[in-house]
Amino acid sequence: MGRLEGSHILHGHKGRVWNVAWHPEGHLLASCGEDKTIRIWGRDGQKWVCKTCLSDGHSRTIRAVSWSACGKFLASASFDGTTSVWTYTKGDYDCIMSLEGHENEVKSSAWSHSGQYFATCGRDKTVWVWEVAEDNEYECAAVLFNHAQDVKKVAWQPDGTEWVQCANLTSHTSTVWSIAFNGSGDRMASSSDDLTVKIWQEYPPGNAQGIETPDNIPAWKCVCTLSGYHSRTVYDISWCPLSGRIATACGDDKIRVFQESPESDHDAPTFELEGTADGHTQDVNAVAWNPKEVGLLASASDDGTVRLWCAK
Amino acid sequence: MSCACACASGPSTENSQEVPARGCCQDEIKPSATKSGCCQDNSDGKFDSKGIYELIRNIMDPEHPLTLEALNVVNEADVKVYNEREVMVLFTPTIPHCSMATMIGLAIRVRLLRTLPPTFKVTVRISPGTHVSEHPINKQLADKERVAAAMENRNLLAVIEQCLTFEEDSDVHYDKPASCGNPDGISATTSNSVS
Repeated sequence: MGRLEGSHILHGHKGRVWNVAWHPEGHLLASCGEDKTIRIWGRDGQKWVCKTCLSDGHSRTIRAVSWSACGKFLASASFDGTTSVWTYTKGDYDCIMSLEGHENEVKSSAWSHSGQYFATCGRDKTVWVWEVAEDNEYECAAVLFNHAQDVKKVAWQPDGTEWVQCANLTSHTSTVWSIAFNGSGDRMASSSDDLTVKIWQEYPPGNAQGIETPDNIPAWKCVCTLSGYHSRTVYDISWCPLSGRIATACGDDKIRVFQESPESDHDAPTFELEGTADGHTQDVNAVAWNPKEVGLLASASDDGTVRLWCAK
Repeated sequence: MSCACACASGPSTENSQEVPARGCCQDEIKPSATKSGCCQDNSDGKFDSKGIYELIRNIMDPEHPLTLEALNVVNEADVKVYNEREVMVLFTPTIPHCSMATMIGLAIRVRLLRTLPPTFKVTVRISPGTHVSEHPINKQLADKERVAAAMENRNLLAVIEQCLTFEEDSDVHYDKPASCGNPDGISATTSNSVS
């Protein structure tokens, strides 16, 4: 059984830290929270230090941060209804864009892996898809109204080149807080207030299992439900593209790591709990696997800290 | 008073070399400024169901100049504490279509957020079967992101503050809240957004 050990505790934020996101090269970590700041952390020898604190970007809680796949841009989504895009030039981060449009709190944003599209979502139940032009101009390509309620999270499928609504996945019995694709993009994990994690699998047209794909759009099926592990809301989930491990952030202050069982059936997979980490003293709001360093995990909590962990 | 929070112990997570020993989380600024200093543990039993009921029974109803206790919206039997750090409060709206139900639930949540140690897990729900929109309202009250955003809304906060202004503070004039039927943040009515 693997172990999850705490390696660093990063202090600096005042109040709740909502989200963490690794730079695609893995050397920087961005965090954000109710203190309306974004902090960028980096290594300094054996330590992790706060390299930058961006405090003028938003007038309310910053709910989420995300990096573009090229690593040149950082986005921050805020309760103030705007999403800011930052870039690092001449030793500092500049806000080069402030996207407006949402009627109220923005809760998540993400660039597609090609960098061509950028999506935001929020309490107004919409998902906005923006097209990124070559001169870094953002144009609204679409506003999607498919959700009936508050949209908590957006994520792009890796290697997705086009976006089209392909599925409406219903199974969770309460709020779905987060989703994460696996490295190859053919599976997705979701975490919910219903205390479960669900694993979804993509079945492309012409699949061997005979799953129907109307209109030649890939179908998604729930192939596994992890229940009985989390005693409170599961706020976030992260799927490591390197190791295949799944990490969860839970309202019971714990972080859990799951791994697919060796003898797992592709169409009915089983996952095992590999380790649980105690350390945070309040709800864990976010977890993120480092994209380059195997086993390195970051977390954010209501206790005001960002923590780094090592999964062995 | 010994601090029960993990930040003062647990060598496996305190392996950090760069952070000076912080001992207790006393140094950290807590989200709600009204909270007192250190995260007290509950070893003196202050936060048992009776103690917690004391914190909420005098909350004012948003519409009527009466406490939740006087209106039987809350009662001590519906406050349950588990494991010394989890509390479940059930409240009973006066009528099944009560449009203030979400507001009342929010007032209870905010009151407990401000008075209980931050390590407490708080759940506020409608007594089963006592409101037509029980499920969606419970879902909103359990959604800490919605609660946090609502608390950043000045108008909504003003209404909540009135509910939390107790009768002893007699210099505060009690105003009936103007059309707070659909404040931003948590919807106080039972209409649209929910299934």
